[in-house]
Amino acid sequence: MQYLNRKSLIVAASLAAVLTVAGCHKKNPAPPPPPAPPATAPTPMATITAEPATISPGGSSVLTWHTSDATNVSIVGLGQVASSGTQTVQPTQTTSYHLIAQGDGGSADATATVTVASSAPPAPAPITESGIDENAFEAAVKPVFFDYDSYDVRPDAQSTIQANANFLNQHPELKVVVGGYCDERGSTEYNLALGENRANAAKQALVTAGVSPDRLRTVSYGKEKQFCTDHTEACWQQNRRSQFTLDQ
Amino acid sequence: MIASPPRKPAVLRICLLLASIAVTACGLEAQDWVRTGTNLGVSKIRIAAADFKAGSADPQTGGLKSAFDQTLYNDLRYAGIFDVVSKSMIPNVMPGTPQEINLPQWAAEPSNAAMVAFGTLAVSAGHLSVQGFLYDTHSTQNPQVLGKQYGGEPTADASRQIAHRFADEIIERLGGVAGIAETKIYYVSSRGGNKEIWVMDYDGMNERQLTHLGTISLSPHVSPDNSRVAFSSLGKNGWSIRMFSLDLGRLSAFPAWGGTTLSPGWSSDGTKLAFSSDRSGDPEIYMSDATGNGARRLTAFRGPDVSPVWNPKTNAQIAWVSGRTKLPQIYVMDSDGANISRMTDGGYAISPSWSPSGQFLTFAWDRKYGPGAPGGYDIYVMDIASKRWTQLTHDSGANDFPSWSPDSRHIVFQREQNGHTEIWMMLADGTDQQQLTHGGGSNTMPNWSWK
Repeated sequence: MQYLNRKSLIVAASLAAVLTVAGCHKKNPAPPPPPAPPATAPTPMATITAEPATISPGGSSVLTWHTSDATNVSIVGLGQVASSGTQTVQPTQTTSYHLIAQGDGGSADATATVTVASSAPPAPAPITESGIDENAFEAAVKPVFFDYDSYDVRPDAQSTIQANANFLNQHPELKVVVGGYCDERGSTEYNLALGENRANAAKQALVTAGVSPDRLRTVSYGKEKQFCTDHTEACWQQNRRSQFTLDQ
Repeated sequence: MIASPPRKPAVLRICLLLASIAVTACGLEAQDWVRTGTNLGVSKIRIAAADFKAGSADPQTGGLKSAFDQTLYNDLRYAGIFDVVSKSMIPNVMPGTPQEINLPQWAAEPSNAAMVAFGTLAVSAGHLSVQGFLYDTHSTQNPQVLGKQYGGEPTADASRQIAHRFADEIIERLGGVAGIAETKIYYVSSRGGNKEIWVMDYDGMNERQLTHLGTISLSPHVSPDNSRVAFSSLGKNGWSIRMFSLDLGRLSAFPAWGGTTLSPGWSSDGTKLAFSSDRSGDPEIYMSDATGNGARRLTAFRGPDVSPVWNPKTNAQIAWVSGRTKLPQIYVMDSDGANISRMTDGGYAISPSWSPSGQFLTFAWDRKYGPGAPGGYDIYVMDIASKRWTQLTHDSGANDFPSWSPDSRHIVFQREQNGHTEIWMMLADGTDQQQLTHGGGSNTMPNWSWK
C-alpha cells in the first residue's frame, strides 16, 4: 500500500538503489499470462509517466512508474522492474513504454510515450516595429547579476545598467519586462518575493539612469525558471539575476 | 538515508521533548504533549482491528473488504494515540457480530488488546453496507463502546471513505479530539508537466487534479469551510491570487493584482485573507476580505515579506516571513500590523504554519545557512510564548512547507531527497514519518484542510 514504516522504507529504498545500480533491466522474456484471478485478490493498479514527454534528439527523459497489488511488473523493452521506480531513458526515436503489472487479482497496464522532436529550424523571432527583435534586444540589453541573498545592484553592474539605459533611451518605443530570478536554494515562496525585489532594484536603477518607469514592468520568477541547473556556485550566480525581455 | 532515532520508551521520549521546549516539569503526571489537549504522548491504548467479515457472496465483496480493512488499520495506526496490534498477532478469526466475538481471546496474549474493532461488510443489490463495532475487551457487563452502520456505493473509494468515517468515530471516542481520517491535503504537483493544484485524502490515496491552467500555480490554501482553494498563479501580468471553487469545480472570480501577488492565507473564520504583494514596489503583507476587496497594507519595511498565516485561535495575529534583516526570519505581528516580534534568531527560517491551538508555530529552518554550508532544511516547532523550539526532522533531505493537521497531532510537509520532492506526514513530535506521494513529477507545498 501507500505506507511504509521507516524500516521498510529504508529497505525499499536500498532495494530500489541496488536494483537500479545493479542494472536489473536486462531483457527478460515476457512472463506468461496470469491464471484467472481469484475473486478476492485486489486488482493491480499501474501508472507510468515520462518527463519531459518530448525531448530533442540526444536528450533524455525520466520514466516514473507506480504499481500496487502486483507480483510481477515489467516494462516492454526494459524487462522486469521494481513495483515502483524511475529510470532515465534516451530513445533515439519516438518510443512508447508499456508498463504491465500482474498480480493475483489480474493485470493492469499503462503506457507513456516519449516523443523525440525532429530538429526543425527555430521559428523566426518576432520583429518589433522598430526592427529590434528578441535577439538584437538581448544582445544589447544585458542581465544584471546579484550577490547571494541580496537584491542590491552591485557596483560592477552599474556599467551594464548605464549601457542598457542608453540603448532603451535610443529606442523609446520599446517596452520591457524586468524579470527577477533566484538560485535553486531556499524556499519557493521566499524566492519569489526576493526575485521581485531584484526585478524592482533593476527597474529602479534604470529609472535613475533616465528610463521612464511606464516602459518597465516587473515579474518575479523566483526559482521557478533557471538558466543553469548545476548545483555549483558558478551556476547559482548565473541564476541570481534580473533579465530584460521585450514586453509584447 | 534515514537515520533511525534511538528507540526510547514513548513516555521518556515525550518527556525529553517537553524538557527541550517547555513548559512544565514532566514526570509526576503523564502530561499530554506540551499540553495541546491532543493526548499525543500519553500511554497509548492498545487496539486491534479485526479483518471484517464478508457478509455477502457478491464477487465485489472481497476487493471492497480488503480496501476497508487496510484503510481502517492504517487510520488507527496513523492516529498517533493507539498501539495497534499488528495483523500477525491478532486471533485468526473474523467475528462479524457481537454474538460471534470472544473477547477474552482478544484480551489474551499475544494480541493483548484493550479495544477491538470488528464488524461485517456486505454488498447486495448494488449497495455497500458496513456494520462496525468497537468493544472493550475487559468489560464483561457492557463491552460495547461503539456500534455503527454505514452505507454507500459499492466502490473501493466509498469503502475507504466508510473506513475513514468509522476510524474517526473510534479516534474521537477514545482520543477526545476529532480524527483526521476524513481530511484532505491540497498540494502542488508537476506530474502533467506544469505545476498545478491537486488534492488527495490525508493518507495519500485518491489523488485528483483540480486546476488545468498550464502555467505555474503554487501555495494552495483551502478555506476553513472547504469550499474554495486560494493559490497564486503566474499569468501574463505576473503573479496573481486565484480562487478555485470546490463547489463549482472551476475557478471563481477574484481580483487580479498582477505584479507579484503571492501566498494567500485564510483567517480561521473564513472572512479574511492575508497575502504578499509588491503593489507598493516592494513585497509587503496585505489583508483583504474573502472576496479580495478592502485590501489594507500591514507591513512597511524594505525587503521581501511573504507567507502570512493567521493565528487560527484568535485571528488577532499573523506570522510571516520577512527578509528585512537580510536572511529570512519568522515574525509575528498583530493583525493590524502592530507589535512586531521576531521569533527566530538566525539562519534561514521560512514557511510558518500555526497550530490549531494558537500555541505553536511549525516552520522550516536552516540554522547554518550560508555560502559553502551544506544547508540542512528541517522542520521545527516553536512554542510562541517562550520562543523555545524543537527540531522534528534530522538528516533526511531538505524539508519545507510544514502544515499542521486540524487535530494538532500531525504535520504534513515536503521532503526533497535525491532530486525528488515528495509529500510526507509525521506526528507532531517528529515520529512516524510516512511518505504520502510517489513520484510522477515533484509533489510540493502541502496544505492540510481545516476539518
